Amino acid sequence: MKILAGDRPRSTVLTLILLVILICLALAPFLFPGVRSLETAARICIFIVLVASYDLLLGYTGIVSFAHTMFFGLGAYGVALASVHMERGFGALAVGTVAGAVAAALLALVIGLFSLRVRAIFFAMITLAVASAVAVLVSQLSAITGGEDGLNYSIPRELTPAFRLGEVAGVRINGKLLNYYLVFGSSLMLVLLLLRIVNSPFGRVLQAIRENDFRAEAVGYRVVWYRVTATCLSAAVAALAGSLFAIWLRYVGPDTVLSFEIMLDILLMVVIGGMGTIYGAVVGATIFVLAQNYLQTLMGSAAEAVAGVPLLPDLLNPDRWLLWLGVLFILSVYFFPTGIVGRLRGKA
Amino acid sequence: MSAAPDHTPTMAAVALGERLAKAAPLLLVPVLVLAGYLAIGTTSSWLTLTVSGLAMGMMIFIMASGLTLVFGLMDVINFGHGAFISVGAFVGISVLLSLGAWTGAPSLALNVGAVMLAVFAAMVVTGLLGWGFERVIVRPVYGAHLKQILVTVGGLIVIEQMIHVIWGPDEIFLTRPEMLKGAVTFAGAAIEKYRLLAVAVGLVLFVLMRVVFRHTKVGLIVRAGVENGEMVQALGYRLRLVFVGVFIAGSALAGLGGVMWGLYQEVITAGMGEEMMILVFIVVIIGGLGSVEGAFIGALLVGLTQNYVAFLAPKLALISNIGLMTVILMWRPQGMLPVVKAK
Amino acid sequence: MSDPILTLRGVHTDIARYHILQGVDLAIPRGEVTMLLGRNGVGKTTTLRTVIGHWAVREGEILFGDRPIAHLSVADRARLGIGFVPEDMGIFSDLTVEENMVLAARSGRMDSARQDWIFATFPPLKTFWRSAAGTLSGGQKQMLSIARVMAEERQLYLIDEPTKGLAPAIISTMVGALRELKAQGASILLVEQNFAVAKALGDGVAVMENGRIAWTGTMAQLAADREAQESLMGLSMEAT
Repeated sequence: MKILAGDRPRSTVLTLILLVILICLALAPFLFPGVRSLETAARICIFIVLVASYDLLLGYTGIVSFAHTMFFGLGAYGVALASVHMERGFGALAVGTVAGAVAAALLALVIGLFSLRVRAIFFAMITLAVASAVAVLVSQLSAITGGEDGLNYSIPRELTPAFRLGEVAGVRINGKLLNYYLVFGSSLMLVLLLLRIVNSPFGRVLQAIRENDFRAEAVGYRVVWYRVTATCLSAAVAALAGSLFAIWLRYVGPDTVLSFEIMLDILLMVVIGGMGTIYGAVVGATIFVLAQNYLQTLMGSAAEAVAGVPLLPDLLNPDRWLLWLGVLFILSVYFFPTGIVGRLRGKA
Repeated sequence: MSAAPDHTPTMAAVALGERLAKAAPLLLVPVLVLAGYLAIGTTSSWLTLTVSGLAMGMMIFIMASGLTLVFGLMDVINFGHGAFISVGAFVGISVLLSLGAWTGAPSLALNVGAVMLAVFAAMVVTGLLGWGFERVIVRPVYGAHLKQILVTVGGLIVIEQMIHVIWGPDEIFLTRPEMLKGAVTFAGAAIEKYRLLAVAVGLVLFVLMRVVFRHTKVGLIVRAGVENGEMVQALGYRLRLVFVGVFIAGSALAGLGGVMWGLYQEVITAGMGEEMMILVFIVVIIGGLGSVEGAFIGALLVGLTQNYVAFLAPKLALISNIGLMTVILMWRPQGMLPVVKAK
Repeated sequence: MSDPILTLRGVHTDIARYHILQGVDLAIPRGEVTMLLGRNGVGKTTTLRTVIGHWAVREGEILFGDRPIAHLSVADRARLGIGFVPEDMGIFSDLTVEENMVLAARSGRMDSARQDWIFATFPPLKTFWRSAAGTLSGGQKQMLSIARVMAEERQLYLIDEPTKGLAPAIISTMVGALRELKAQGASILLVEQNFAVAKALGDGVAVMENGRIAWTGTMAQLAADREAQESLMGLSMEAT
């Protein structure tokens, strides 16, 4: 179990679920042919990484931050800007990705050093303020960032549908497929990396700090340093997720990568899935993205079915899917504080 | 043992430096106004912007006062506070729109009457909502800050979505009542009547709050409770009831703020409360958690900064408030007038 | 003892993971001053805090008169007439001395006789009546803390180390005030580290050790028994 850094799922049901998710994602182009399903699968991979990186911060270090989408956006815009200004090719992608991750880590460092000396509530509020400011800034500096409209750019030809390689089992092997496997492979590696981090001595100290920071400090750990490092790592991985998103989508814009809605989505995913487990991110992101894509259709039909009844159709309006997820979120915090993963592992 | 000596207590005269330090936050407002004058130059623009800034500040103060008090007294972080702002706005504006005959009439009395009814309705509904919110969402997670943040964010989402369910997905536009439209000219500047009204309302509320805090027993209990809730209980006061009362009052105030802001912007959206929360948080942080006076000063600073910078360098408007927050936190990391906690 | 004002039976209290009170049995007689003594950390403050309700009882009973109060809230217990002076004084620094006293006289105005008595006992409070309590000196704050509990007649006074860190002159003012309370027939449970004060005021004594009552008796008995003094508290009362 070395690949999982010794952090086994510890529940047969969970192991099965994780295996199913892994296989479905690994073989998505073949099991679920079609553009929409591939989009959903890629989105799931990316959000798994994004949510897992947030779990490092929230679940393992115990820090609530609302700036996570900002780091995601930095990674995405990094790739976008590099692709716009450099020659088309993998070089641009590499430069953009690295630049985004470094920028995110640096920004996290600045925010962390400044804010982690103040109380946790201050930190949460400050991250909220900073993230909104950045979102507004990006919308307004349209000369650089493309403003509200965002940026369209080209990615290496090998990752586009134009690049053909033949057919296997009735599925066309083209650049899009390669792009997908780039996303899938990178996501898998990042998740395994996170597992390694949280199970290392560093990770254990984080958990000790989360439990009781006074005691940790008393025992000799410089709490501020650990928290700042965790924040930077979390930010960097989020940025990497953003870069993958940018590569996949070939478009970035404030609405797609910087909105507060995404931040709320991350919160929902991490809580429903289970905080402090990393696997929770896998489960939570999968459920959420599937719901986002397919539940709305379901709700739509249900709304039509009860068209005559007062109020019900409005409650079941597919645009109101966030309402139900919000309710689920609140119920999770009360009744499943350890999330789905926690429940499956048999913890109260 | 010898007899106790005569108690002739002396108190060292409070040094000038110390006195200045205490008054400093208050002085910031006139200082900023002055700086604005120097930066803007023309008296008329400066006057318009200052009134706008003060009006905006007052409205943010109204919204923020409940939040800071709830945190100071109950140690509860309510990220769902924005929901009360939105709900208040929608309820109030709906009432106002249904009183079209009153708002359209060229009679100040009818106009004000309509607005007051709208405000009353908004505050009652948000007060009730606040009571429910405290019972159902907040009470189970007393003492657990992390859960509070999560659960109240959840509450915010749900309430916002319910606004969509009840009022539909679109924003609602509105115009101000007849007599509150338009502007008065003063020193060459056009100053909107409504903004003057907002400043007046804000001042009245602030004075009212001060009076309640300093001259009523309830106010006394709240002030003492913010510092040391345990001791207040040990003196026989059922702090729980005071908590709930403060939460309801805070929610009602947010509702009032929502109505006023809606009239100011002349449009309301379900997400407006959420958008205001950024500024509200900045105000609460720079004012000092738990301090109503701090929130008042902070709100005026934020309102003025926003308006001055929007004029001088439009793209930097929101960043300017982050900048303001950074500067103040570096000067006083706990905010300008933090409450001295006994914990 | 017939009709104790306060009875604790088998009280266990936990603070976080620590089992502080491990079965406290105590009966406080009416109209007397009972000293609660013991080394640092044995649970004296925890006992007082458990009686007033800041800490919950895990096991055992607390009777006020013949009335069980372990399930009542802090405020309700205070309303029954239990006055509490905490170790950290618990005064409200942001409020004036007057406001502190107004809060303390919960059921209404303080009657003027009582107010005069408090001013006579603690003159600085009169001088600083309208000043913020936070600007008082340590000793003056301690005076305010006691004055607050004197604002109304209480059935039982729980007082935690009222003379801690005070200059001898002020200590004697304190002792005088407590003596007057006692003269009025008050029932007092007093935690005190200063043995001169304990000897001057105490009628009965309960000594704690390891979260339990290890010895009870009268002050006179303890004062006469130097062995008991040393074994229970590690020092003798001779050195005053």
